[in-house]
Order: sequence, then structure tokens, then C-alpha cells
Amino acid sequence: MAVTRKVTATDLESIPAGLTREQLLDIYYYLILTRSLEVKLVNLYRQGKVIGGLYRSLGQEGESVASAFALRRGDIMSPLIRNLGSMLVMGAQPTEILRQYMAKAQSPTRGREMNIHFNSLDLGYLGQISPLGDMVPVMAGITLSFKMRGELRVGMVYIGDGGTSTGAFHEGTNLAAVQRLPLVIVIEHNGYAYSTPTSAQTAVDRLAKKATAYGIPGVSVNGNDVFAVYEATKEAVATARRGGGTTIIEVVTYRRKGHAEHDDQRYQPKDEIKAWEQNDPVTKFETTILDRGWADQGSLTAIHDRVDRELEVAVESCENDPLPDPESALGGVYKEEGDIRPLWFRRADG
Amino acid sequence: MAEVTYLEAIRDGLREEMDRDDRVFLLGEDIGAYGGAFKVTDGFLDRFGANRVIDTPISEAAIVGAAAGAAHMGLRPVAEMQFIDFIACAYDMLTNYVATARYRAGLSTPMVVRGPAGGYVRGGPFHSQMPEAAFFHTPGLKMVCPATARDAKGLIKASIRDEDPVIYFEHKFLYRRIKEDLPTDEEILTPIGKARVAREGTDLTIVTWSAMVWKSLEAAQRIEDEDGASVEVIDLRSLVPMDDDAIIESVRKTNRILIVQEDTRTGGVAGEITARVNEAAFEWLDAPVRRVTAHDVPLPYAPTLEDFVLPQVDDIVKAARWLLEY
Repeated sequence: MAVTRKVTATDLESIPAGLTREQLLDIYYYLILTRSLEVKLVNLYRQGKVIGGLYRSLGQEGESVASAFALRRGDIMSPLIRNLGSMLVMGAQPTEILRQYMAKAQSPTRGREMNIHFNSLDLGYLGQISPLGDMVPVMAGITLSFKMRGELRVGMVYIGDGGTSTGAFHEGTNLAAVQRLPLVIVIEHNGYAYSTPTSAQTAVDRLAKKATAYGIPGVSVNGNDVFAVYEATKEAVATARRGGGTTIIEVVTYRRKGHAEHDDQRYQPKDEIKAWEQNDPVTKFETTILDRGWADQGSLTAIHDRVDRELEVAVESCENDPLPDPESALGGVYKEEGDIRPLWFRRADG
Repeated sequence: MAEVTYLEAIRDGLREEMDRDDRVFLLGEDIGAYGGAFKVTDGFLDRFGANRVIDTPISEAAIVGAAAGAAHMGLRPVAEMQFIDFIACAYDMLTNYVATARYRAGLSTPMVVRGPAGGYVRGGPFHSQMPEAAFFHTPGLKMVCPATARDAKGLIKASIRDEDPVIYFEHKFLYRRIKEDLPTDEEILTPIGKARVAREGTDLTIVTWSAMVWKSLEAAQRIEDEDGASVEVIDLRSLVPMDDDAIIESVRKTNRILIVQEDTRTGGVAGEITARVNEAAFEWLDAPVRRVTAHDVPLPYAPTLEDFVLPQVDDIVKAARWLLEY
């Protein structure tokens, strides 16, 4: 929607949360990259090239990108399945994501793990495992190491509305709170845990209220408002960095696609999905930065072109890569290993 | 030389490693001011400070999870389970997260989970377990279970230095009953994965570990005194990795094997050893592989009940004679 308009005096109000114009374009790049990469993945999924499930974050890109954007080099975050945007912000490459989904030999986990379950502690992300809640205690341990060493580093961990029902979430949050660890817990309240609505998950209406029970601050923000999410996260990160301990941020958003691509969403009212389509975080962000004169259409179009180009190259570079060599399934369980040969019935000399 | 108990040996090992390496720290319930339920970490808070001796909430999953996170960052956490029975509360964290970390994600997780294990102490169903089998099955974890004071010290030190996660089962029945002269001027490190011949013999091999080593030694002596037969006792010391070679070598010498296990019978480590002997030394056997284990019930409290359920020296003697006469 190319709109040419004159910049007026009211547009010159300062950008919220101290963001610069360059940063707005960066955020926009990651929003578009996330959304477009998922479209590529859907195509590959339909061609049977994505081996396992495909988990969409359509409608949640804003909170993912904005929250991770509040971190800096040296910080570590642990994403959930719908935080593709957070991973990209931290520096994960589209080729890595594509190879993970397609179980390629050259994927970061060499075909051992799926989708965005991979790490780079150097870049600052720790891959999740599927049992929900487990990453909260683990991130408590990571931030405990920051505190013990006196490092001014911050951790961030994502959890969904469903994940807050786990014991691990409770234990990890409580430990972080009582130890005043530099951890920001982002609860993505997207309405559904697989098919289960939040109303069947918890008796509280606002998940930020859970913070009260841990004696830590809890804030609830519009998860589809990039500025609101960034501002709340930035503040929580600053609090953590100056030794102020753990914060819960609830980002209220909506899961517009199913749990995974196969899910027919029969449990989600059609008009509910429609209503949230009208509250799209990317459109909202784009409109705001154009209307306020913080970005011009040309720059945004250039970003779309750049993303299209990058993703085209990325898909081409890896879609025909081989799967891992079967015997590479063995080994790597321990640092030093004894016999990692195939079992006798798989050996030529068996 | 200084005479130390099994418990003091663990304490000395922990203290030496904490003195040696400031990356080593402890976390667990009541381990600080109180010094732990069994006083293993008595005095550690004063010596090392609250930054390295961390009293946690009653949250076994968080204790293990936090240890894993800290280990990823290069620290060397030693997590205490107040009783090893409660490790079940951290089962998911250990098996799904910790055990898979290196394989699935290339993550290094050098951490130790230790705690008082085992029965014969009238502890009832939840303070007496030997839950080795629950973790034995999971690739990615190591497990050690010392029987002697020397190995209690040598294995805690080796576990802390290991690059992989280690579960360290310390037997609470042995804590203050086992005493041993240990050198004060040499470092004791017990290699993980190496069994020890606790007693040499030629007619029968008993493979065992932890507190059952002592019951097996007592039975072996009685067999020798009363029957004139020579029984070899292998103390495995590590369950994962297991020293298969030591077992097979002994079986090839004695041609008879009895496995003595404190834990319940079904799905236990003894069953796995039976399978390995069958696969690697079937033609060397002069008798079927037999097991002495606990009965398949939760461990009861009353002395009469507990003693009935758990393996006793008489049981081992009876089983050994059965094998020797086969």
C-alpha cells in the first residue's frame, strides 16, 4: 500500500522508547523476514520437504521481534515454538531454519532436532525442548551464572499461556524471583494451547497477575503493538541488568493459525480469527511508522525486495541438500565415548 | 593417613574440588546454614559463602534445570537431592533436557546430581529408594555408586571433573558405618567406568555395587569358610558407563555369575547385566545367570518388612550355593 504523503509537524513527535529510525527499519526487516520465511516454509511443507510439523507465528511476529530487540549482545534468550522472529533478531540465519525444518545434514543440529530447536550461545539463544516450562529453570540457571560472576547480562525466556500451567514454570519462576535473577519472562498469551483455550487453562484473566504470587513485577501489554512490547521489555531488561531481579511480561496476542500446519482450527471461532486479522501487528507497525513519518514507503519497499531476494537465495541454497548419513545418528551422546558402532545386526561383520 | 567415614570422604572430595576450582558450586535444599540433612556440606557456607552454597526452594526440577543452565555457561554445579527418592520430581529435567543436551544441541552440561540413596535404614517408601534403573535406561547420563570411602571421594571428584552429567548415588547406610584410612598427601580420583575387584576368586563371580558390595563380601567369606569355594566380587562402581570387560573377564575365569542388586527386580540393572553376559559369554557359562534383588514392592517401613523385601547376606549365600552346585 504505497501511500505518498507530506510530513507534517505532528509527525515529528519523538519515536517511543528511544528507538531510532534505523532501528524501526531493522524491526520492520525482521517482521517481514519472519512472515516471509514462514510463507516459504509453508510452500516447502506442501511439497513434503519440511519433514515434521510446521509451527506458524502469524499474528505474533510483533511481540517476538520487539521483545528480542530489547536485548543486547551478551544476553541470552530461550524461545518457544512461535518465536521464529526472536531467533532471527538474535542472529539465526534463514538457511539454518530452513535446513532444520527439512532435516538436512548441514542443519545446525545435523538433522537431530527439528525447526527452531537449536542454539548459539555466542549469538545469545538457547534452543527449547518440547516439554513446556523446562526452559524456565534452565534460564534461571543461566542467569544465576550471570549473577554469580557479576556479569551485567540478562536472560529472557518465553512461555505460552498453556506453559504457565506446568510445574517447571512455577519452580523456575519462583527460583528466579527468590534469587533476584536477571531474567525476563515473556508470557505469550495467544488464546490457545493447541486446542485448549486459556479459560480452560487458568482461572486468572490476565497471566501477568501470576507475578504477584512470586513477589515480582508483572505487566500486561498489547502483544500486537510493537512499540508497547518493546517499551515494556526494554524496561524489564534494564531492571534485570541493574540487579532489580525478575519480571513477568504478558504479551496479549492471538494465534491466527493452528497449533501446527495440519491443525484445522475447528475449535477457533471464524469471526474471532477474522477480528484478529484486523489487528495485525505488522500492518499496525507499518501504518504507524508511515503515518508518523518515521519511515518512507521507499525504504519499506526496499526491505520487502531485500527479504524476497535473501529468501530466494536461501531456499535455493539448501532445498536440495542431502539428509544426514544414517550412521551419523550414532555418537555425540557423551564427550568421550566407547563403542559407537552400529549394533551387531546392522554390521556387515555381525 | 587419616581415618575417614564414607560421608566424610564425600565431604572432603567436594571441599577439595571447590578449593581447586572456583567454578564448582553447590545448590540444594537446606545445604547452607544447616549443612544438609545428613551434614554432608557442614561448614561449607562459612568456607565458600552464599554465592557458592545456595539454599534453594523445595523445587527439584528447578534445582536440576538451573544446574544445567549454569553448566552450559561453564560453571560446575553440584546439585543435592535431599533424599535421592526426590530425584523423580526432576525426572523430566534429567531425561528430556539434561541427558539429550549434547546429542541434540551440542551443549556441554558438566553437572553432578548427588544424594543419599538406599535402604536398610527404616526410612519407609520415600527415604529408601535406589532409583538407578529409572536413569540407567536414558542415554546421556552417567551414574556412579561408590561402596568404599576411597571411591566415595574419588568418584565425587571425578564426577565434578567429568564433562557430562553424572548422577552420584551415595548410600546412606554406609555414611557412618564405613571407615577407611585414606592418604592425606595424595589426590584420590576414581576413574568413571572402571570396576574394581573387591575380592578375588575362582569358582563364582558376584557382580554388584554400592552397599551390596559389603553384603556380597560377607557372603563370599562365609562360602569360603563353610564350603571352601572361592568367590570373586566385582564392585562395578559405575553403572553408566559399565565396565563390561571386567564382568566378562571374571565370568570367563569362574564360569558362574550371580548379580546382586538392592533395587527392585523388574527392569533393573541386573537384568541388563544378565543380557550382556548372555550375549558376550554364553559359551563360558556352566550355570544360568542368577539375580538376587529386592522384591517388586515399594520399600516398606517396619524392620520386619524391610528386611524381608531387601536382599540379605543369607540370600546371597543361598544363591551362591545354588550356582556352585549347579
